[in-house]
Amino acid sequence: MIDNHSAHDTKVLCLNRPFGVADTLPEKRFDKLEKRFATILTLSGLVVVILLLAIFLSLLLYSMPAIKTFGIAFFMGRTWDAAASQFGALPFLVGTLLTSFLALLISIPFSMSISIFLGEYFREGAFSTFLKSSIEVLAGIPSVIYGLWGLFVLMPVVRYMEVKMGVPPYGVGIFTSSLILAVMIIPFSASIGREVISLVPADLKEAAYSLGATKYEVIKRIIIPYARSGMIAGILLALGRAIGETMAVTMLIGNSNFIPQSIFSPANTMASVIANEFAEATGITAASLIYVGLILFIVTTIVNIVGNWIIKKIGIEASREIG
Amino acid sequence: MEGTILRTEDFSAYYNNNQVLKNITFSTPKNLVTALMGPSGCGKTTLIRCVNRMHELIPDAKVSGKMYLMDKDIYSMEPIVLRRKIGMVFQKPNPFPTMNIYNNVIAGYKLNGIKMPRDNSDAIVEQSLKSAGLWNEVKDFLYRKGTFLSGGQQQRLCIARALAMKPEILLLDEPTSALDPKSTAHIEELIVELKKTQTMLLVTHNIAQAARISDYTAFLYLGELIEFGPTEKMFTVPKDRRTEEYLTGKFG
Amino acid sequence: MERQVQFRLIKNGVFKILVVLLAVICLIPLLLILYYITKNGIAVINWDFFTQLPRPIGESGGGIFNSIIGTIILIILSSIISVPFGIATGIYLSENKEGKLPNTARLCVVVLQGTPSIVLGIIAYIWVVVPFKSFSALSGGIALSIMMLPVIIKTTEETLKLIPYNLKEASLALGVPYYRTILKVILPAGINGILTGFLLSVARITGETAPLLFTAFGNQFMNFNFLKPIDSLPYRIFFYAMSPYPEWHAFAWGASFILVIIVLGFNLIARGISAKWKVQF
Repeated sequence: MIDNHSAHDTKVLCLNRPFGVADTLPEKRFDKLEKRFATILTLSGLVVVILLLAIFLSLLLYSMPAIKTFGIAFFMGRTWDAAASQFGALPFLVGTLLTSFLALLISIPFSMSISIFLGEYFREGAFSTFLKSSIEVLAGIPSVIYGLWGLFVLMPVVRYMEVKMGVPPYGVGIFTSSLILAVMIIPFSASIGREVISLVPADLKEAAYSLGATKYEVIKRIIIPYARSGMIAGILLALGRAIGETMAVTMLIGNSNFIPQSIFSPANTMASVIANEFAEATGITAASLIYVGLILFIVTTIVNIVGNWIIKKIGIEASREIG
Repeated sequence: MEGTILRTEDFSAYYNNNQVLKNITFSTPKNLVTALMGPSGCGKTTLIRCVNRMHELIPDAKVSGKMYLMDKDIYSMEPIVLRRKIGMVFQKPNPFPTMNIYNNVIAGYKLNGIKMPRDNSDAIVEQSLKSAGLWNEVKDFLYRKGTFLSGGQQQRLCIARALAMKPEILLLDEPTSALDPKSTAHIEELIVELKKTQTMLLVTHNIAQAARISDYTAFLYLGELIEFGPTEKMFTVPKDRRTEEYLTGKFG
Repeated sequence: MERQVQFRLIKNGVFKILVVLLAVICLIPLLLILYYITKNGIAVINWDFFTQLPRPIGESGGGIFNSIIGTIILIILSSIISVPFGIATGIYLSENKEGKLPNTARLCVVVLQGTPSIVLGIIAYIWVVVPFKSFSALSGGIALSIMMLPVIIKTTEETLKLIPYNLKEASLALGVPYYRTILKVILPAGINGILTGFLLSVARITGETAPLLFTAFGNQFMNFNFLKPIDSLPYRIFFYAMSPYPEWHAFAWGASFILVIIVLGFNLIARGISAKWKVQF
């Protein structure tokens, strides 16, 4: 509005003096807008910080009743019983740890292979473009659809397997969830792995080749050691992803609040118990679930900060070596 | 000096408390080309940026002393108003990539929110492009993006953009350093042509260029103004030993 | 010597085969997922599926019109909240490379990006559902907008950082005020990157279910009131998938087919924009 107005002011003057209009401009008004603009920018920088603080404080505040009642022993408690108002989060901690690490274990050979495939063997070309796009599509598919597919396609297969193996054939459970989670996190560690592998300086590789090393030896002795910390960071970030992943796990883990007896047992993760119970929860149950959410938030925050810190450090080191 | 546009008195500039200009005093005569010359790091680019206060974009930049544009103290003016009176052309051509040629020329008006009748802006565009020697080449493509032009044409477009604001003085910061020899010759011809009506301050690291197109030359070395005077005189009988060494290629 | 070299070459070959094999195996789940969604999805999709409301179990027919509209409303709502903040913060970060506040803000963006969506659901529940005493479209929009924010901020910052400094100089030297330089020169030059980031963030939230479970909730009827529960495609898929009825399972596949097309569509358009609308410097 103010702008239009000032434009109007100068319009009349312009007619007589098309050139050298500098003097006619309302500088004070610009000055005011300039300051307001700078303030808005700084405030919006502040908003993100405040937002994150507010998230943390809200979680803390609303889980206070549970923190006061159960304290740190919350994480040792084996029973989660809303009827008895007895809440212990150990089953969900175990469930989360088992599913995430199992998923990680399954995904690592695959994501490493893709990283090496795209970062070293086939950097360009139709097939690598195809693989890259496919991985991106894999990352883009919504979690709930992984859950749906897992429920109706993967679960019957696992159940059949369980029958053959002679374990209780639930079909759903930690193993099924981990399989789906593994597929879901491959794109994350693979894309980071590919980037750090392509950062390995060419002269290092050439030096090894010139000594007569095979590609396998170059990968094993030069590339992997050089890119190791970056690949670990990628795996760490994928772990953060797996810990927080909700929908697919909620649909496939079997919603059981007991400590799992084996990797084929139904269970609950921190995220899935919130998804399953929060909508109907009140009072101390809701507070306990928010307490679980708070821990989830803190854990993923730490994992993310460490992972990103490693990646940033590698980026700086790489640019230093190139420069 | 008669008809002085720009005048400095005891002017110094500092970045982070490092003095990069030391007590510079000189003045540029009207409708002539004044060249600032010297080895890299001598402060010539800093000096030209102090004229339209572009050096203030770098944090911790400070100045002392006086600088006047048409007897008005530059450092008591609003930078925005000052910069509208002073045109600037940079080392690398920098037309606005999102605007067509027409809008690039009147960008100074458009971006400042100055509206004017179509006839008026048409006249400004045509006159500015003609002054910049670009009209014949682009008059049929006025509504196309300026980025398809050659480097030399882009630089002339930037000159037209500066001229459109009818500046009191035009600052040229090594305007040909990113161009090929042919485009350079073209720009040099243009500068000679423009000086009939336009005062210019030219930074160059090219001794021959200063000799070819400037009327006055200032030689700077390590932040000091070593010598200032008519170009012809300085190039034939330099007063200072350092000027002579520079002109004969002993350093720099 | 000969045999040792041969052994090394064999190892080299075996390793390469292994890498290629494992990489290709990753494509199998993708193909299977796309195959099942397409096969089961197309089977239930017809005109009614797009234009009718869900019907109670026992009645055949019906569709997911309300879920599609609900998803669109949620996208618009969360974009309105997150786009202005996201772009402003992105500008702030690109203009302030060093300093305490920018670096803290950058760290917060990273943390926000990694925050599980279910946690953001709890937050929107605390902030909006509790005070208004009702599940609502607004609370869902808030949760989703917090998810969009880091993506928009990051892409805006990265895009604007790549814009040559001499453009800014050109504008400032013409006496254009700083704020106008940013809004009229720098932002337009980076518009393709910002649009790409926006579309990617939309793609990210369109399929999100977890933060909607106890915010937007779900609604088998059409709703345009921001303060009342609203349906969405991912919620409908979840609701149908977890039901015991095969008819509803079929609908879940149909809704998934539409959702995948929308999400991949956003991704594709985003890519097209970043390739086609590239501003030449």
